[in-house]
Amino acid sequence: MKLIMNGKDSNLEEGLTVSQLLVEQKVKMPEMVSVELNGKILKRSEFENTKLSEGDKVEFLYFMGGGNVSN
Amino acid sequence: MSLTEKQIERYSRHIILEEIGGIGQEKLLSSKVLIVGAGGLGSPAALYLAAAGVGTIGIIDADRVDLTNLQRQIIHHTSDVGLEKVKSAANKMLAINPDVSVKTYHRFAKADNIRDIIREYDFVIDGTDNFPAKFLINDACYFEKKPFSHAGILKFYGQLITVLPGKTACYRCIFNAPPPAGVVPSCSQAGVLGVLAGVIGSLQATEAIKYLLDLGKLLTNTLLTYDALAMDFRAVKLSRNPNCPLCGENAEITELKDEEQPVCDLKSCKC
Repeated sequence: MKLIMNGKDSNLEEGLTVSQLLVEQKVKMPEMVSVELNGKILKRSEFENTKLSEGDKVEFLYFMGGGNVSN
Repeated sequence: MSLTEKQIERYSRHIILEEIGGIGQEKLLSSKVLIVGAGGLGSPAALYLAAAGVGTIGIIDADRVDLTNLQRQIIHHTSDVGLEKVKSAANKMLAINPDVSVKTYHRFAKADNIRDIIREYDFVIDGTDNFPAKFLINDACYFEKKPFSHAGILKFYGQLITVLPGKTACYRCIFNAPPPAGVVPSCSQAGVLGVLAGVIGSLQATEAIKYLLDLGKLLTNTLLTYDALAMDFRAVKLSRNPNCPLCGENAEITELKDEEQPVCDLKSCKC
């Protein structure tokens, strides 16, 4: 299926869930990512059961601190 | 307030801008901006806002200048190592522009002090480097209804968003709560290209000036992300999140609290 990942056209396997997409995209620390699907921020508890469909717009938004991730 | 001859000369490049003019410059001179963190992001923000003639600039930071800061925190010089960051920052701002009144707060921004400080200002710049502080600023600005610019930088990437609390998407609309302990990258994995702080901190100062002068379109409901390696800026559209624990329909956060610091500390980890 075709969808738009972080602003880029991507071709992905049919029926992926958001959790699976995070794995597929090799996101090392999914806890550091918020996911926006078609303009809405998903709850973390929804990652597992939310299936992606053709034409979806997905954004991974990363937690970013400052120059030192620790203070 | 009317501008002196010296001020007309100093700010001439602002004044000749039709959108600013003498009136806009006077407005800047009577404006108050608070910068939380005199570090990588706060440095360029403070320097540009002082140069621009923002009349009152508050700066909060509990740290002292360290040699490792100088790679990116351009308001501090080698001779400032060991000095309170707020003192060092104030010295430079006043050296650039004696019109500016600088208020220094040599302390950590905490739940029990930040609201009283924020209340005195028109706009807040989040130049902090840790998640508890970022959530604290977001929440405090929400309770005090103060607009602010959030920003973060890491490695070769940066992001920023302007928040008009209660009106546009806030930090918690995107990131519900600080990441859990143990998942935040360790110090050895962190690091940042110094100039990135200059790019993003300068954008924060731009947003402050636009807000103060009611110019253009603010970066609200939009997270601007910057990838220095690809030299790519992207504006990710957002909207207020009905599930936001702070400004959503069933908000659970009703008072200001300090979030836990879920990461290793610099004392035990030199990075």
